Amino acid sequence: MSDATRPIGLPGIHRLFSPLVVLGLLGVFGASTMATLMASADSGPRASTLWLLVKWTPLLFQGFLMNMLLSVSAMALGTVIGAFWGLGQLSDIAPLRRVFWTVTQFFRNAPWLVILFFVMFLVPFEVRIAGVTVPLPDWLKAIIGLSLPVAANFAEILRGAVQSISSGQWESAESFAFSRRQAMWLIILPQCLRRMLPPWMNLYAMLTMTTVLASIVGVQEVMATVAKVNGAEGRTDLLLPIYTYVLIWFFAYCYPIARFTRWLEQRSA
Amino acid sequence: MQGVWDWFRWLYDQYGINFSVFYDPFDRSSVLGGLLTTLKLAGACLLGSLVVGVVMAWLQGSRVAPVRRAAIGLVEFIRNTPPLVQLYFFYFGLSPFLSPVDPHTGLAQPILGAYLWAVIALSLYEGVFNAEALRAGIDAVPQTTIETCEAFAMSRWQTFTLVVLPLALRTSLPALTNNTVNLIKSTTLAYAIGVPEILSISTQIWADRLNVLEMMIVLLAVYMLLIGALTAGMGTIERQLRIPGFGGQGAAR
Amino acid sequence: MGIPLPAAQPLIELHDIHKSFGAHKVLAGISMDVRQGEAVCLIGPSGSGKSTLLRCMNGLVLPDQGTVRIGPFDVGRIRHDRDKIAMRKYVSIVFQQYNLYPHKTVLQNVTLAPIHVLKQDRAEVEARAHALLAKVRLSGKENSYPSQLSGGQQQRVAIARALAMRPNVILFDEVTAALDPETVGEVLATIRELVEEGLTCILVTHEMGFAREVAHRVYFTDQGVILEDGPPEQIFGAPRHERTKAFLSQVL
Repeated sequence: MSDATRPIGLPGIHRLFSPLVVLGLLGVFGASTMATLMASADSGPRASTLWLLVKWTPLLFQGFLMNMLLSVSAMALGTVIGAFWGLGQLSDIAPLRRVFWTVTQFFRNAPWLVILFFVMFLVPFEVRIAGVTVPLPDWLKAIIGLSLPVAANFAEILRGAVQSISSGQWESAESFAFSRRQAMWLIILPQCLRRMLPPWMNLYAMLTMTTVLASIVGVQEVMATVAKVNGAEGRTDLLLPIYTYVLIWFFAYCYPIARFTRWLEQRSA
Repeated sequence: MQGVWDWFRWLYDQYGINFSVFYDPFDRSSVLGGLLTTLKLAGACLLGSLVVGVVMAWLQGSRVAPVRRAAIGLVEFIRNTPPLVQLYFFYFGLSPFLSPVDPHTGLAQPILGAYLWAVIALSLYEGVFNAEALRAGIDAVPQTTIETCEAFAMSRWQTFTLVVLPLALRTSLPALTNNTVNLIKSTTLAYAIGVPEILSISTQIWADRLNVLEMMIVLLAVYMLLIGALTAGMGTIERQLRIPGFGGQGAAR
Repeated sequence: MGIPLPAAQPLIELHDIHKSFGAHKVLAGISMDVRQGEAVCLIGPSGSGKSTLLRCMNGLVLPDQGTVRIGPFDVGRIRHDRDKIAMRKYVSIVFQQYNLYPHKTVLQNVTLAPIHVLKQDRAEVEARAHALLAKVRLSGKENSYPSQLSGGQQQRVAIARALAMRPNVILFDEVTAALDPETVGEVLATIRELVEEGLTCILVTHEMGFAREVAHRVYFTDQGVILEDGPPEQIFGAPRHERTKAFLSQVL
């Protein structure tokens, strides 16, 4: 995603956050103040929403760590699977190419949530490998469920990168008597790595934002924690601040990645 | 048609493969209802996201610095936060503030239901991606073309609507198609706030009938068909709008 | 010899125009008058500020210093959109790269501004556009898109587009510079007709033969100032300034 309107430098912390986070913080602050005012109108010794946010922060953070775990693991798994699918699409055996193309298109176009449901329901809660029972907890299944669309998207990134290498590179490799396999691994793929990095990071940011779907299928990540907090406090005036709070956390995590990605793109463009 | 329905009943009786949506009239009408809701939701969000996209792209190019910066900030914020949390923010967080208490019953009456909140939240989320795509298209319009419009006394608005936007739309179309595919996928999020779209209906059916695998196949087939039809349709539009000799490639997401 | 010059009061007056882009001084004190019906050619080396000067004459570039008066308009002091529209109707322009709207047909390119900006009647504008396209010898191309035409044809559409505004003055910004040699002639012939009809034309050009033949007055600019000006036979026949001589010996 190019953006020619703004000059991009490697973002220093202050440039990265100034206008946007101020905006966001103002949002949460305004919301909390509003909520506090409503609470005081009700009278009674109720804690301010700001205090409640502080109080629950450690627990929410634990939930957020689960999102990090999900995103990092699903990214790792998805990248490995996706590399296979992507290389499969570049195979010189036509039927193989078609099979991997179909698989990739399927997982790229199916909604993440549906795939997640699919894996949650259809993968057993434990498997027996060589007589040993291995339990498959929900979070592990969620990782598998999230990694499939990641794999499909990564396969497309890989295929796109390989196809963007000029045919001259293949020709020159061939004229130096490299086999197709050698040419791919020694000449083409190393050149692809740099081109793949920005979209790969985009994909990671998107995956991170998608990990909250795991709360719908019962994984104890941050949104599930929010639901617990809401249940424990039972205060409607807490809802707006707490969702804003979580939004800001995700923003603080994903925006720097997006900025860095854009910087990489600009630099290579 | 009846023959098809009977065949699926036979399949169930004989092999236990339970595509209840095909032989059970009740399940069939629920799923069709869910499909209709999904389609309506996607249609409304498509319109909404295009409007949001055009408006945000326009604001991002504003000459008034605070407006431009606020628009850029809002786009970045929405882009870099989870759409599901945004949906909750609107539906659970904001909705209570927009629910005046009925003086007669003492109950809060939400002004907007889950469906409309889903339309708003998803339109905003997909809209900022459209804004980004359009922005790239707008930036690709040569400065000389804009200068020409100025030389022929067009206002900024006329320049935008008569020349820049039509050109930008063509450049952005591949990216917009991509965004629309993502939009259809993200309508499933409405399930989380209880909109009876097709995923939601399917979960009810498999909870009753325990035919998860069969329902999943139906569900995935529906989405593949929807997205296939959409991609084909957008491809047709793209071909129809193509100007001989004038090309450009859009940003991919 | 030039076409007979009608006597009239100055239609355009530029007084002591200065313009810089950043640290780069493009125009350093230019004054000139253009009279009704006059054909004026601006010649000089690339980067001598000719195009910027031309753009000052319809307010596309606003000078840092100096005044531009065109007919009734003081270009630097236009405040109302209504006056701006009237000024741009008064002075139209043809660009080096044609700058046609690529998504509009030839006919739509010609009618777009009259219909949407001048709010003129569509049927009347279209009738006029057909006549103008006939005049530039492009009848039958009304429904083509710009990218389906040759450079010379596109440039003639651009001339028809400028004429459709019914301007008092047309500015031509190196209109043949981007053309294939074989299509230059058809565009110059069209401009020549306009001059003969008495339309005020200001041309930035590298076509010295054309300038010599058609212009009433030629200005030689270099490094942001007018070094000399006069009738073509004087500038081309007996240039006074060393740099004019050097330039002409290079291009002729």
